[in-house]
Amino acid sequence: MSEFTAKDYKKGQPRWCPGCGDHFFLASLHKAMAELGVSPWDIAVISGIGCSSRLPYYMNTYAMQTIHGRAAAIATGAKVTNPNLTVWQVSGDGDGLAIGGNHFIHAVRRNIDLNMILLNNRIYGLTKGQYSPTSPRGFVSKSSPYGTVEDPFRPAELCFGARGRFFARAAASDPAGTVEILKAAAQHKGASVCEILQNCMIFNNGVYDYLAKKEDRAKNAIYLKHGEPMLFGENNEYGLAQEGFGIKVVKLGENGVTIDDILVHDAHCQDNTLHLKLAMMDGPDFPVAFGVIRDVEAPTYNEAVHAQLEEVSAKKKYHNFAELLETNDTWEVK
Amino acid sequence: MTNEIEVKELEQVVVRFSGDSGDGMQLAGNIFSTVSATVGNGISTFPDYPADIRAPQGSLTGVSGFQVHIGAGKVYTPGDKCDVLVAMNAAALKTQYKFAKPTACIIIDTDAFQKADLQKAQFATDNPIEEMGIKQDVIAAPITTIVKEALADTGMDNKAALKCRNMFALGLVCWLFNRDLSLVENFLREKFAKKPEIAEANIKVVQAGYDYGANTHSSVDHTYRIESKEKEPGRYMDITGNKATAYGFIAAAEKAGKRLFLGSYPITPATDVLHELAKHKSLGVITVQCEDEISGAASAVGAAFAGALAVTSTSGPGICLKSEAMNLAVTTELPLVILDVQRGGPSTGLPTKSEQTDLLQALFGRNGESPMPVIAATSPTNCFDAAYEASKIALEHMTPVILLTDAFIANGSSAWKLPDLADYPAINPPYVTEEMKDNYTPYKRNDQDVRYWAIPGQEGYTHILGGLEKDGNTGAISTDPENHDKMVHLRASKVAKIPVPDVEVEGCKDDADLLIVGFGSTYGHLHSAMDELIKEGKKVALAQFSYINPLPKNTEEVLKKYKKVVVAEQNLGQFAAYLRMKVDNFVPYQYNEVKGQPFVISELVAAFNEILNK
Repeated sequence: MSEFTAKDYKKGQPRWCPGCGDHFFLASLHKAMAELGVSPWDIAVISGIGCSSRLPYYMNTYAMQTIHGRAAAIATGAKVTNPNLTVWQVSGDGDGLAIGGNHFIHAVRRNIDLNMILLNNRIYGLTKGQYSPTSPRGFVSKSSPYGTVEDPFRPAELCFGARGRFFARAAASDPAGTVEILKAAAQHKGASVCEILQNCMIFNNGVYDYLAKKEDRAKNAIYLKHGEPMLFGENNEYGLAQEGFGIKVVKLGENGVTIDDILVHDAHCQDNTLHLKLAMMDGPDFPVAFGVIRDVEAPTYNEAVHAQLEEVSAKKKYHNFAELLETNDTWEVK
Repeated sequence: MTNEIEVKELEQVVVRFSGDSGDGMQLAGNIFSTVSATVGNGISTFPDYPADIRAPQGSLTGVSGFQVHIGAGKVYTPGDKCDVLVAMNAAALKTQYKFAKPTACIIIDTDAFQKADLQKAQFATDNPIEEMGIKQDVIAAPITTIVKEALADTGMDNKAALKCRNMFALGLVCWLFNRDLSLVENFLREKFAKKPEIAEANIKVVQAGYDYGANTHSSVDHTYRIESKEKEPGRYMDITGNKATAYGFIAAAEKAGKRLFLGSYPITPATDVLHELAKHKSLGVITVQCEDEISGAASAVGAAFAGALAVTSTSGPGICLKSEAMNLAVTTELPLVILDVQRGGPSTGLPTKSEQTDLLQALFGRNGESPMPVIAATSPTNCFDAAYEASKIALEHMTPVILLTDAFIANGSSAWKLPDLADYPAINPPYVTEEMKDNYTPYKRNDQDVRYWAIPGQEGYTHILGGLEKDGNTGAISTDPENHDKMVHLRASKVAKIPVPDVEVEGCKDDADLLIVGFGSTYGHLHSAMDELIKEGKKVALAQFSYINPLPKNTEEVLKKYKKVVVAEQNLGQFAAYLRMKVDNFVPYQYNEVKGQPFVISELVAAFNEILNK
């Protein structure tokens, strides 16, 4: 049992719009932290700029709201300097994937032990309603009055393209699902990307309506759990099965389909092919995948940096500045 | 045979080694300067290399030079023009001849002056000496042929043997300056300790070059000796500015008891600082080669937040990209050192050349009121002290600090007396105290207007820092106009209150007719120009500024004390403009040159004489 409660991580009064997905996410984060039990003073929450990046102001931990897009880079410096800190990096889709896209992919590639939260509402809220890099083609917004003419990023693709070892997804409106993946992300050693699907009441209302309610999620989403068959539907009557190179939705009992035909989730599989397929699923033909989709162990950057410091230190004969000077060619003037 | 040759005593001498970028001119020059320093000469070196990765062999753009200045006493610069020019091929002679004094001795490899070589160097005739109107002594040696012969019995292949050509030139120069070859041999054996056969081959060729000089001195009637004058006793090493900068950071981190963190992205001419610090893991130094310049600065801000002595290193174009993160450090009041090894601009400009054109960018190149201390190093060895001081100010005053060096002092080297850290001032960051526990707010300040530093991991001091304006008392976001005004003033006064030493006036400080004012890396040239003028009987003084922001307290007094003041700088007058902004009714003469090359002392002397005569 943790000695902390959600209250111990809470600070201030959030200023987001009523009904904003950020409120839900914040509550889930407080709860997850309490369940994880890391002392508030051993945690750093680092964000960039945007609605969701206000979040550190509501944390009773060490925290920093930084500059647009740079949260992952700043978090990298903090984590590698003090690996004992639990570092949460919070960004929106604009902060993380547009202006901060480069830092996002490199933090994932390095596999630095950050819990990287991507609050994806597919819109720019703070600047009042422009399309984001996750807005679908044709999306009409203030800066695309006739619809966008570009394809969006799909965060999982970007994460896996950068050799991501951990990818999980939850809807902000689903606290239990969110808490579960946040805890898994924190327990995973390395860069853990959590995509949180959240609604923007003002500028993109209803974007995830088909996943908002529990009963909707039962139909339109699948909760993946490592080692368990991939079933969904109100009575778990549907499942995912392999078909050739791909996967298909099947109904148990129909066309001779039995539970033995249903794929069993393996989040720890090194090969990410199936993880990608699962992460890319979307309606109306497929359920959206929630839960921990990929969770693979690999050496972390911060551990490797410090291991190398020790390894080299054991071999070298100089360990302070005076000894360093002695490693040079010198001469005496008498 | 050598005893038939007159030996001339010289105060100082400048040797320029030049050849193809792959000819190893830098190594030859380095060995010559180290050997000279070992016998107690003052030394100063300067590499002048092309920006091309590797231009076509023998082409004009592929020529790289390495200039060594040695003196009986202290030398301040790598020297204007050279007494000896080594030109390993026709292109080198063509491009480097302009650096030779009228009295210079020129050494060429005739084997690299064949028809094809001359064509590549765009000579019109087959007699380059005549074509260029060269009147000086020329030692024309078939270097390539002799090197091949000297190494014939070693079984080395042709390619490997040709790599030793630079050692022949070195041997010849050693003969010319009566250098003891055993010192060269020691150097080579140490450098190639793991490849003894390479060391021995090089030694053979050095000897061949030396013997060539001794045996065929028909074209020169004298050799030189440079005796060392008294120098402060102690242990010395040859050090470049970039290495000294890296050492300064290491020393400061050790003194402050902090981990040193460098976030960086490779950029000429600053990359050697990253290279140097990446080596020293046994000192606990963390270097992160980031995905871009932005991340270099941003990761350093994160490292500072987590409690490190955080540094980010770059050159001018990198500063453009880092400025947003630097500003975050201003408003969050985190200690950070930003190293700008200046190069020619604007844009990509002249990556391998030197300028002082980033001064106003350093002072003002950020949005909002963004005060930041700026320090400029004055010489390769001063880079150590400047880096130490920049780190000390950053850590003790909780502020980002810009350290300006440039390609000239970063790549140049001179003899450096090994420092004793015990002689350096303590570094005491304003850590939170036990009494502040549970009621700490991050923007509470001491009497220097410096906030207290709570490092994550400590119970009772959790807090948020951010880029938004904050309430001075609580640290919460605040858009209150009075509070913002107060915070802007506080951040400014915090920097203004940083104590810096008075600027020193050298030369005729009581009665100068002309005060020369400079900042940073031009110190050696301006000092040498002043010495020349004083020798001519002129009353001249020099005030070289190292602390740019805040300016020393005696700045106005010094600037107003003399009849005439000239501000000399390698830009269009940035420091002069800044001084005019800070000192009322200050109207200096200006000397500005922006060629990407160091000042030329004779040109400075002429220009200052002109001002004196006005």
